[in-house]
Amino acid sequence: MNGPHDLGGQMGFGPVAPEKDEPVFHAEWEKRALGVTLAAGGMGHWTIDESRHARESLHPAVYYSASYYEIWTRALEDLLERHGFVTAEERAAGKALGSGTKPKRVLAAAEVAATLARGGPCDREVPAPARFKAGDRVRAKNNHPQGHTRLPRYARGRSGTVEAVRGGFVLPDSNAHGQGESPEWLYTVVFSAAELWGESADPALTLSVDAWESYLEPG
Amino acid sequence: MAQNGDHSHGHDHPLDNDLDPMAARVRALETILTEKGLIDPAAVDAIVETYAHKVGPQNGARVVARAWSHPAFAEWLRKDATAAIASLGYTGRQGEHMQAVFNTAETHNLVVCTLCSCYPWSVLGLPPVWYKSPPYRSRAVIEPRSVLAEFGLTLPAEKKIRVWDSTAELRYLVVPERPEGTQGWDEARLAQLVTRDSMIGTGLALKAEAA
Repeated sequence: MNGPHDLGGQMGFGPVAPEKDEPVFHAEWEKRALGVTLAAGGMGHWTIDESRHARESLHPAVYYSASYYEIWTRALEDLLERHGFVTAEERAAGKALGSGTKPKRVLAAAEVAATLARGGPCDREVPAPARFKAGDRVRAKNNHPQGHTRLPRYARGRSGTVEAVRGGFVLPDSNAHGQGESPEWLYTVVFSAAELWGESADPALTLSVDAWESYLEPG
Repeated sequence: MAQNGDHSHGHDHPLDNDLDPMAARVRALETILTEKGLIDPAAVDAIVETYAHKVGPQNGARVVARAWSHPAFAEWLRKDATAAIASLGYTGRQGEHMQAVFNTAETHNLVVCTLCSCYPWSVLGLPPVWYKSPPYRSRAVIEPRSVLAEFGLTLPAEKKIRVWDSTAELRYLVVPERPEGTQGWDEARLAQLVTRDSMIGTGLALKAEAA
């Protein structure tokens, strides 16, 4: 979707302002927001792609005024409601008011270290051969899907060169919507800055995205 | 649960008189999930403890120092970063599919996630606020030199810049150039020169005098 998250090349947000000796967390609630988000994800009822789509589906005015942990928290509220775990009434009351969906599993403290160390690999076998190879010229399709996609707007319709074939990976566009993993070949595609940003772009700049095969066409 | 220490505003809180809105919001969610048996608060504690103290940029610094010291490891890192990094014990969440990109005299690498906050947790820990925020995400791809200048890094105009937008599940670790004057240093000493920002590309490794 052409949501507020798709920030590449947007203007007007001001300087980066890195913080010297930045702490890992800026408030106690950020710690809990991180832990609760990961622990709730550990129930196994949604994928990382559905999580990302919930975040980018926040209203733009909310997205741009929220810290990232607030974005996570609001998206988690939406996921928990969508999957029948926590209602809006319960959030307003600050307590459980009834039962809900039974979880597939609950992440136990003793399992945390192994679970985090294992992660969630999303490389998959793709039966068909890769359509493109390193060195091929490709064009990112000019698509504007309503749902989740990981092709940034700035690359759509632009031509680049395949630098590497990365293997088969779960396709976020389908996985985010519960439509299956539909793995595809993934490519690193390099663009010149001039192709993306026009003639005045930095001549010494190149930029790459990692693009699934269905995002690309010859060209 | 610990209290939020930076409470400062003075208006009324009908539900909880001690928490700012986000602290109250997160506490409500944690309370409900716990009451329903959907999360274990001790698991939340363990997750926080992991990223507060165990997983951080010291991991990546060790990877880089080893690559500087051992050409065979550097080559392994270049070809199969996930396996090479796993050999040092760093695996898992947001580091499942690693790629190492090496700075050279000709090219400087810079990593961003324009679409969200993708970051190599297993080697760098949790991302800093600026990495997740609109100014960096919007500008790193279109005016990286201006962004780098805000980090105090001014590159010569002829230095090539390669920006890696982390749009899929590959996670990028920049291997900065080894500073001059560090011949014969052991890995532990070299690692002291490897900053978090140098592994994102918003900085360089520190000069030898820093260690």
